Amino acid sequence: MNVIPIRSSCSIRVTVNGRPVELDVRPEALLLDVLRDRLQLKGAKRSCDMQVCGACTVLLDGAPVSACTFLAVEADGREIVTVEGLGTEERLDPLQEAFIDHAAVQCGFCTAGMLLTAKALLAEDPAPTRQRVVHYLRGNLCRCTGYRKIVEAILACAHER
Amino acid sequence: MSAPGPLRVVGRSVRRTDALEKVTGRARYLSDLEFPGMAHARLLRSPYPRARLLRVEVARARAHPGVHAVLTAADLTWCEPFYGPALRDRPLLATDVVRYEGDPVVAVAAVDEATAVEALDLVEVDYEELPAVMTLEEALAPGAPLVHAGEPLAGHFSDLSTLRARPGTNVCHQFDYARGRGAGGFAEAALTLEDTYTFPRVQHYSMEPHGAIAAWDAEGGLTVWASTQNPFSVRAELAKMFGLPASRIRIAVPLLGGGFGGKTYAKLEPLAAALARVAGRPVRLQASVEDAFRTVRRCSSRVRVRLGFRRDGGLVAVQCDADFDVGAYADIAPRVIQKGTYTATGPYRVPNVVLHSNAVYTNTTPGGAFRGFGVPQIVWAVESMMDIAAERLGRDPVDLRRQNLLAHGEEFARGDTPVDGKLEESLSRVAEAIRWHQAPAAGRAKGVAVMMKASVAPSVSEAIVRLHADGSASVLVSTVEMGQGARTVMAQIAAEVLAIPLARVTVVPPDTSITPYDQTTSSSRSTTMVGRAVQDAAADVVGQLLKIAAAHLGVPAGALAVDDAAIVGGQRRLGYPELLDLHFGMRGGELIGRGVVAPGRTQAPLGGSTPFWEVAMGGAEISLDEETGAIVVEAYASVADVGRCINPQQCEAQDEGAVMQGLGHTLLEEMVYEGGVLLNANLVGYRVPRAEDVPARFDSVFVENADGAGPFGAKGVGEGGLVPVSPAVGNALARLTGIRLRELPLTPERVWRALRARREAPSAAPTTRGDRPHV
Repeated sequence: MNVIPIRSSCSIRVTVNGRPVELDVRPEALLLDVLRDRLQLKGAKRSCDMQVCGACTVLLDGAPVSACTFLAVEADGREIVTVEGLGTEERLDPLQEAFIDHAAVQCGFCTAGMLLTAKALLAEDPAPTRQRVVHYLRGNLCRCTGYRKIVEAILACAHER
Repeated sequence: MSAPGPLRVVGRSVRRTDALEKVTGRARYLSDLEFPGMAHARLLRSPYPRARLLRVEVARARAHPGVHAVLTAADLTWCEPFYGPALRDRPLLATDVVRYEGDPVVAVAAVDEATAVEALDLVEVDYEELPAVMTLEEALAPGAPLVHAGEPLAGHFSDLSTLRARPGTNVCHQFDYARGRGAGGFAEAALTLEDTYTFPRVQHYSMEPHGAIAAWDAEGGLTVWASTQNPFSVRAELAKMFGLPASRIRIAVPLLGGGFGGKTYAKLEPLAAALARVAGRPVRLQASVEDAFRTVRRCSSRVRVRLGFRRDGGLVAVQCDADFDVGAYADIAPRVIQKGTYTATGPYRVPNVVLHSNAVYTNTTPGGAFRGFGVPQIVWAVESMMDIAAERLGRDPVDLRRQNLLAHGEEFARGDTPVDGKLEESLSRVAEAIRWHQAPAAGRAKGVAVMMKASVAPSVSEAIVRLHADGSASVLVSTVEMGQGARTVMAQIAAEVLAIPLARVTVVPPDTSITPYDQTTSSSRSTTMVGRAVQDAAADVVGQLLKIAAAHLGVPAGALAVDDAAIVGGQRRLGYPELLDLHFGMRGGELIGRGVVAPGRTQAPLGGSTPFWEVAMGGAEISLDEETGAIVVEAYASVADVGRCINPQQCEAQDEGAVMQGLGHTLLEEMVYEGGVLLNANLVGYRVPRAEDVPARFDSVFVENADGAGPFGAKGVGEGGLVPVSPAVGNALARLTGIRLRELPLTPERVWRALRARREAPSAAPTTRGDRPHV
């Protein structure tokens, strides 16, 4: 771990869940650590550390990225949405409602990533087929549910074709 | 005990009580907790599977800025440095020798993880490599190097008081069971089959890896926040290691990001506690996924089975000799091997039985508990062979199984609980769900498999229910919420008995200083054991309410009834807050109910009678890409006898998850070692099921005859669904191709090679016909 930073810190401006944030971050800082440790947004989780499991997924300008392998400096000037910004407890996102209703939540460790990936999918394709949903979830692992209830929950939020 | 009339909350798919916090990101797991001044720990792990430690030099690491504590085995003179639930064979840090690639050698706590890693880079260790035993064959060979040279000390697990090691070998425990005429029973057999099946080393991959945060207080008390499935077992270990009374140790458990058995018994908690003591501040030891692969795994196995049948298809004798590879430290594996082997006869009636299993040390990641607890390894062998037997006997596989099923109420083994389910009903339901009697489409085939598993016994669960002045209730239980929904189920049971809305019930998180004793959240036992304790505790409160109301109204308690948060008698209706006011003479005070479920020891072969039998059956329909050898599970049907679903949707969720985890070790998963080193300790090299691996058709079916020992006739669910998957798929593969594979996972390469071998030398390929029958 003999990282020799070119600069000790960089200033970045990002919008996080609709709020503008200015931060000094080390150039090697990972977006996941900045969100979790600096901004206390603990919804994104660390699991595989190598962009396979999707537990750390956040939306960057609407697209899902794995925050565990994404440099915080690369988020400069961009808009980040984490699960905390998806809906409020009083006004949940339809996906959050559907995940509850369909029992798509068990341990909950994958849930934030699943929700945000699903959000990106529905923004891209409001009426995905089951096959599309299943394919889109390639980068999101769940060890509890067996996926069926997650897929059902997402399909319940899809518009009729 | 249960309230008369229709159930209001039990039996309904109410929303999980933790769902809202989980979908909003508000739920807190161990890795989300922060404490002022908290240091972060990292471990230096052995790069060799077996080596002598010649020199461990940590002076430069200690001097590194930002380092709060550096520990080696030599520093641990102030505590008892060994732990383990079955055998205390595991040192906090390697002493003299390392026993697997990944064995912790040095622990560092520093201001942050990066600094801890820097400090570990400054540690110098000289190893002298020693020959290692990486497989069962190597470990059991005469004169094999010994993973452990000395006699380990017994752990705290009571039903292993009779541990039977084989001195001078790598066998740390043996299990034996026989009944009837044992192997002599094969004399009556018209058909005897004998074969060996192996099961791979597989990883739980809880998405949240293990973690612990430890802090000592000014009075010498210890608090550990731990991602553990059994806080009381962790407390027992720490009390022993640090010489503290149980009352001075507090184990608090936040939500777990999955468990699957991998978080049973002490894992990182002892090291976190030792580091915190030396650092003089809270220390967080958070494993990565790579670390988790080097923390615990499923015990792999080599299982040799002999089945003897009468001409009419009745099983007359079963012999099973199983070797389980338990890795470098025993963990709970001695119990795994006996539990798994004990039910080698499955749900079948077998008069003559002889079972033997060995727990064998190897220089690999320790093997421990994993969903199914030894049963999947055995069932893979036995249920594959049941299909071979059906073919040899010219019988339908479902029909042959039906003939041999135990009846409801029939004895499984002398002294143990009689069969508490209607097994035939389960079998009929699985045959129906997989459409067994309809011919599969071209290029497809079906297979079935069944299993029956005992839960842990004897065991103890206690519950406290507090009815507050406003009529709301707190449920105190130590059931760990690891995704299975147990805490929602406990709330449902309390709400049902107390006749109050679910939203008025709060289940307090597990904390050994607050919530009462519960042995473990595992073995599919919580709904049955803790659920009954909650039911009893709530009923205790109701009994007190009835007494208070009876005294006030001047009528016998028997004339009163519970209805919607009130006691009613004739025209009078007294709400709970009003009753409590009357009782205490003020607004304040609460009623405390207590429930204790402790069936105790019995003459059953494992020392206690199982509280219920977990019964699960599976049916698979597969297709095969003969070019690549890839199996596609097109349809799967899973049947579980749950007595009664407390929450049907959550039962289904458990069952679906169990089947998918089973498909993982059936088709994909295996920890691969080469040169003593684990090659795929990550999610790229170790492939777990994804959404696209889910069978297109999936049925989860529950048999509900309210015949369980749990509350409202419930019994356990959660492990069973995983167990039949491998043999059901293997049986389907055999029916489709004639190829019988005895080694998991059924990877495309293995299937393709078998297909090719058969093409090239039909007689040499491992086909069903190639089994060694002794007629």
